[in-house]
Amino acid sequence: MSESGRASAIEFRDVHFSRGNLPILRGFSIDIAAGETLALVGRSGAGKSTILKLINRLLLPDSGDVFVESRRTSTWDPFQLRRRAGYVMQEVGLFPHLTVAQNIAIVPRLLGWEDRKTAERVDELLELVGLEREGFSSRRPDQLSGGQRQRVGVARALAADPPILLMDEPFGALDPVTRAEIHHEFRRIQQRVRKTVVLVTHDMAEAFALGTHVGVLSDGVLAVVGEPAAVAQSTDARVRPLLAPLIEATAVLGNSR
Amino acid sequence: MSLWQFWRTHATEFLTLLGQHVMLVGASTLVAIVAGVPIGVLAAKRPRVGAPIVWLANVVQTIPSLAMFGFLLPLPLVGGLGARVAIFVLILYALLPIVRTTTAGLRSVDRVLVEAGTAMGMTPRQLMRDVELPLALPSIVAGIRVAAVIGVGTATIAAAVGAGGFGEYIFRGLSMVDSTVILAGAIPSALLALTIDGALTLVERGLKDFSAPRRRGLQAVAVLTLIVVAGTAAVLAFAGRGRTSVIRIGSKNFTEQIVLGEIVAQTIEARTPLRVERRLNLGGTFICDRAVRSGDIDAYVEYSGTAQTAIFHQPVETDARRVFAAIKERYAAAGLSLLDPLGFENTFAMLIRGDVANRLGLRTLSQAAAFAPSWRAGFGYEFLQREDGYPGLARTYGLHFARPPTAMDLSLIYRALADGQVDLVAGDATSGLIDAYGFTMLVDDRHYFPPYDAAVVARSPTLLAHPEVKDALAGLSGRITVADMRRMNRAVDADHRDPAEVARTFLAAKR
Repeated sequence: MSESGRASAIEFRDVHFSRGNLPILRGFSIDIAAGETLALVGRSGAGKSTILKLINRLLLPDSGDVFVESRRTSTWDPFQLRRRAGYVMQEVGLFPHLTVAQNIAIVPRLLGWEDRKTAERVDELLELVGLEREGFSSRRPDQLSGGQRQRVGVARALAADPPILLMDEPFGALDPVTRAEIHHEFRRIQQRVRKTVVLVTHDMAEAFALGTHVGVLSDGVLAVVGEPAAVAQSTDARVRPLLAPLIEATAVLGNSR
Repeated sequence: MSLWQFWRTHATEFLTLLGQHVMLVGASTLVAIVAGVPIGVLAAKRPRVGAPIVWLANVVQTIPSLAMFGFLLPLPLVGGLGARVAIFVLILYALLPIVRTTTAGLRSVDRVLVEAGTAMGMTPRQLMRDVELPLALPSIVAGIRVAAVIGVGTATIAAAVGAGGFGEYIFRGLSMVDSTVILAGAIPSALLALTIDGALTLVERGLKDFSAPRRRGLQAVAVLTLIVVAGTAAVLAFAGRGRTSVIRIGSKNFTEQIVLGEIVAQTIEARTPLRVERRLNLGGTFICDRAVRSGDIDAYVEYSGTAQTAIFHQPVETDARRVFAAIKERYAAAGLSLLDPLGFENTFAMLIRGDVANRLGLRTLSQAAAFAPSWRAGFGYEFLQREDGYPGLARTYGLHFARPPTAMDLSLIYRALADGQVDLVAGDATSGLIDAYGFTMLVDDRHYFPPYDAAVVARSPTLLAHPEVKDALAGLSGRITVADMRRMNRAVDADHRDPAEVARTFLAAKR
């Protein structure tokens, strides 16, 4: 099903989706290989979140098909599917009445893991996202900084070692310094865990920083997709305006030199 | 008698009433939680199903509690005198705040958290249990707090249907016109409400503060629940014990009735080996009549004229013998026995202040009618409504007052007249307060009022099963004179003596 012969983790085939009378996706197709980090860029309201929700079956397409691990999402048990796709969102959505450790342990608990195995996994993940176990596992979300909360959010999404990670503007609410730091962390983590990651963002710089592949969403279809270098060279009229700020920033740096 | 003295001398009774009050509020609140939280969840998740239930709970909340007791008394299963009907009514009142706050609490849960939980693969049930309910808990506890505090207040009304609690003192104090007794019930009831309010506020605050260890708050809730459950179980077990071979004596909620109830009860206790249960201070003729018909009480003292007009809805008649014979027959048809008259008559007494009577030289109602247009009148609720009460009286004497008569509780009427808030009241001819306050009773010179001979009404099956009760009560007929009754009423109302003790003294003297 994938032209290149690589294992396809997620595939969209001519997907249409409307909210009420408003068309969001009009024939969206993409093939995402296992282990790839796809960064999808688009303006607000372009349907980026919709794409993530179609993958974990929070939504079903009006027409066309979405495949996860070669199975139509409509034939997946929604709860099983969602437990195989970690979800990170901008608001993080940590549960305020649970500790950091309890928040991370949610999906393992849903899957019925033993307490010991869960506890070990929580420690492992805290270490992975760069938070010491002693200081953090029993804290409440309101005792964490924005960056720490987002790290816990990533740890929670990875808890049950899902093959897929869905990230909805995950670092959009962070200040630039923290964001740069966490970008670095993310690349380090991704090198270790090798998940199939679909990350949506309105920030082209973030897409280039994190994606092994970058896709641009425009008017409900995929305008371009490819490796970052290829996308940066794109002459597509729908892609250039998104690239403009990056080129300007580079130009400013060049002039001041 | 000072408040302290009263509590000291009534310590055992006080504890019983406290227990009953806590049991009424605790049991009803618990059931309301068990029923209300799921309804609240339903209302939040399925508004189309939940909305009508919330609407119904709203309507229930608007019904005055005394009226609700009136509606429910005759019903099977929930009806009848005592704790059962009281708890049922209290549950109905407690439901709304709990349902409301459950729904509001669930609706206020951040949508982001629900989305996060769903995206992690939580089923709706897991989401409710692990996310939505825990986050709505502070709001739910706030609702429980409101329900419990309302419950403590409403439970005082429960004394009117014989469920006990601090309302017992309040009603007793009202009928004795003794503010000490009223306070003896009102103060602890208020303190109980404040205590519950304070305790649950602490729990609520503990739950809101997610950073604090939550276990303590939950432990407090658990302990509180346990106490209430244990208390309820104990009281119910106690109340359910030996329902057989107990004779239940009722009375209406004014002094004379309570004294008569004691006289009847003590007579049976003295002359038979049977246990007697007192259901005194019931809220009026209607409730007593329902209770004796349904078997919630076995006997109480009724007045012939009241039975004739208020119970059997017959036209007013003035021949005492004919009235008595007529209602005896009607009672018999209903399975009730009207025993021979006790000896005195308690007619309505139209009262004015003594100084006014002297100054104007008034002795009869006909004379007084001329002055009525410049007077204000105060009547009990029953008197205002009853065919043998105000409507007929006004027609007979052509009475017109400065403004429509004020409806007030019987227990407040004498004081209102003495204080000059009203100028004419309808009281009881046997009231001890007539002499105590120096009121003048106007003569019914057109013979408007029917005879009001006092006599015991008892369930015929009870008398058949226990002929000794019938014999014992027969000993009372013709033994209580108007003078006796006034003296006993005065001993309670003016001298603040205990009705049971007054009855005991009377019986000892008559023996």
